[in-house]
Amino acid sequence: MANSGLFWALLGAALSAGLAGAGSAIGVGVAGRAASGVVTQEPNMFSKVLILQLLPGTQGIYGLLIAFITLTQIGIMGGDPNISLVKGLLYFAACIPMAVGGLISGIAQGKCSVAAIGLVAKRPEQFGKAMIFPAMVETYAILALLISILSIFGIVNVPF
Amino acid sequence: MSKVPMKRVFICGMKKDRKQILEALQRAGVVEVSMEKAEDDYLETMDVMPQKAVFDRNAALAESALDTLNQYAPDTEGGLLKSLEGAKDMDLKSYYAMTEQCDAYMKTATHIQALAKQLAEDRASIPKNETRIESLKPWMNFDLPLDFQGTRDAAAFVGSLPNQVSLDQIYQSLAEFAPDAEGVDASIVSSSEEMTCIFVVCLRQDAQQVEEALKQMSFAKAQLSNMVPREQVDALTEEIRRTNADIEACINEIKGYAKNREELKFAADYYRMRADKYQVLNGISQSRKAFFINGFIPSPYAKELEQKLTGDYDAVVEISDPSEEDEVPVVLKNGVLADPMETVVESYSLPGKGEIDPSKIMACFYYLFFGMMLSDAGYGLLVVLGTGYVLLKVKNLKPEMKKMMKLFFYCGISTVFWGIMFGSFFGDAVNVIATTFFNRPDIKLTPVWFEPVSEPMRLLVFAFGLGIIHLFTGLFIKMYELLKAGQVADAIYDVVFWLMLVGGGIVYLLTMDMITGMLGLSFTLSPAVGTASAVIAVVGLVGIVLTGGRESKNWFKRLLKGAYAAYGVTSYLSDVLSYSRLLALGLATGVIAQVFNKMGSMLGSAWYGILIFILVFLIGHVLNLGINVLGAYVHTNRLQFVEFFGKFYEGGGKKFEPFTENTKYFKVKEEN
Repeated sequence: MANSGLFWALLGAALSAGLAGAGSAIGVGVAGRAASGVVTQEPNMFSKVLILQLLPGTQGIYGLLIAFITLTQIGIMGGDPNISLVKGLLYFAACIPMAVGGLISGIAQGKCSVAAIGLVAKRPEQFGKAMIFPAMVETYAILALLISILSIFGIVNVPF
Repeated sequence: MSKVPMKRVFICGMKKDRKQILEALQRAGVVEVSMEKAEDDYLETMDVMPQKAVFDRNAALAESALDTLNQYAPDTEGGLLKSLEGAKDMDLKSYYAMTEQCDAYMKTATHIQALAKQLAEDRASIPKNETRIESLKPWMNFDLPLDFQGTRDAAAFVGSLPNQVSLDQIYQSLAEFAPDAEGVDASIVSSSEEMTCIFVVCLRQDAQQVEEALKQMSFAKAQLSNMVPREQVDALTEEIRRTNADIEACINEIKGYAKNREELKFAADYYRMRADKYQVLNGISQSRKAFFINGFIPSPYAKELEQKLTGDYDAVVEISDPSEEDEVPVVLKNGVLADPMETVVESYSLPGKGEIDPSKIMACFYYLFFGMMLSDAGYGLLVVLGTGYVLLKVKNLKPEMKKMMKLFFYCGISTVFWGIMFGSFFGDAVNVIATTFFNRPDIKLTPVWFEPVSEPMRLLVFAFGLGIIHLFTGLFIKMYELLKAGQVADAIYDVVFWLMLVGGGIVYLLTMDMITGMLGLSFTLSPAVGTASAVIAVVGLVGIVLTGGRESKNWFKRLLKGAYAAYGVTSYLSDVLSYSRLLALGLATGVIAQVFNKMGSMLGSAWYGILIFILVFLIGHVLNLGINVLGAYVHTNRLQFVEFFGKFYEGGGKKFEPFTENTKYFKVKEEN
């Protein structure tokens, strides 16, 4: 297995896009159900609840981002896809924060969005505040993204 | 700063001028009337709630008539931009002219709603008749009415048996259950898997027996009707046709009212205004000949109103400063750049008593942060063009909409700035297009400052630096407010000590090689600076421990509480870390844009490659723009609301809600 490093790096990229995407899908999914409920009663609220529904969607994008950077760095998107096992494992590890953080924070943020949609349905003027609660959850997805990015960019300088 | 100073206003006028004065006040729209009931035997209030209810009902009726009208005859004029428009201007003369006609307008509205009701009934009747026709289908070949009972000597049964049954089976069952009946004649009208429709004739004297037998066979009588099925189906079909024609006619009649749209709008506005006026009328105190209005007025308007009222009517207007206990309503006023911030502040909470309006200070940070998070010159340009177009094109934009558009306009400019700084124009579109289609990989946009993707640490440090400035600005505002209120000691305890602790701590950290190495900073501070900053930080810390719990009398308790307050320094750590989103979201925009560019250019420079590139480019960038504008907006707000406001701002101010023409479609202008 001369190239198993590549496998590990690819696995990391796949997990990061897949798991974070799954988290977002669940989050946007539950929020979308709540949003549909509100729009049946109040069609005018569409744009407001749509924004709240989209909030848990960012994890999937962050996951994609990490996956893409990893793919570029290991040379799969053109270049020389030949990296050592150590580097492959390092890339795998670097992807884990985004994968796990994205999955779980996406689900949690979705639930939070559901509650925020309920809040806006009852008190539309509180939209500004309703938006902040799901955004609090997102902080942790951003922190995970940050560590994943910094790690991936840092791996280039590892001498193995 | 930019909270408009408020005055208390007291108006005393003669009852004969009441209508005119109230209307003048409503048109001026600068006084918030306090609804305080008079506690006086001499003064009384009027109960005009029943009249108000009538106006409310009329306004609602006109609105629903408008809805009906818009449903069948949509207002196509002006298109999408029209929906952003606010109230139209109207002069006083045409206002009075139209007021005269309001009863007629209401008749139109009532008629439209009657038509709408008729439509709903008609629509409900069609499926009912259709089911009826469906149930008659099996009987189409039967040429007697379904409720045919028989003749003098013969009894007839019309109905159905469950499942498919043959004639033999029917005769068998009849023979079994009614052995004594003679001359029974059964015939099958129609049969299907679910049921068999039959017609049974027997002698009148056997009727009971045969009926019993049929019951045993689960016979069900046909639905009663005195018509021959075929004729009835024809009649029902005709009725459906008539109903459809009726629906058509109703819709056409409603469409015919499209020319009355403006009148309905006016009626809705007019009754809304009157309802508002009666709401105020209900709250004001009156004596036998005079009436009194208490309220608040922004001081720039006070003089003008006083002159107008005392000049035109026999009225006394008293302007005074609000007392300490008054809950003064808040209205914000800011210059061009900070003006859009008001909506953001308002969506959090308006400044409470003794708090300044943070709009101005917030504005600089807001545009800065938004630009850094979106950080793409191409996207910024699109935002600027889009909002700029709306601002130019739609003249009387709804006020909130206008502020929103301006907000994104300025944010867009900042985005363009940061995009140029970081060398991003639709991601790396310039380079990708040059490489793929012109084979010139050397052409690319050079960042004016640096490229975040290649030096993320540098941007991270910059983001933290901005964050620290932002947080400290918040602390300084708090200090300013405390000093203005004369609480010098509090300012030292709650702000200066914290500045010393956090500021000293940060400088001390920067003297450590490990930290500077990690952050990639090139400078080193001398050990003397380190010692000095450490001392400052420790003084701050001791100060906080000693004063943090100063409301407790007990010394021991006080120290414990102080120690707990000092523990709050950890929140500064998380606050500063929170600004890393400036980097993360900025990178996200750029890298995803690159992903789309790469995807688009994968098929090379052939003609279909160009086609795919254009397609992927359009869809991808629109998607990326949408999601990142949303992200930048939400997270800029978060940084302001949570990190920045957390340091000094509580809010809780009451919004200034003047007695005004609260109209949707028209705005009556006072002639000068």
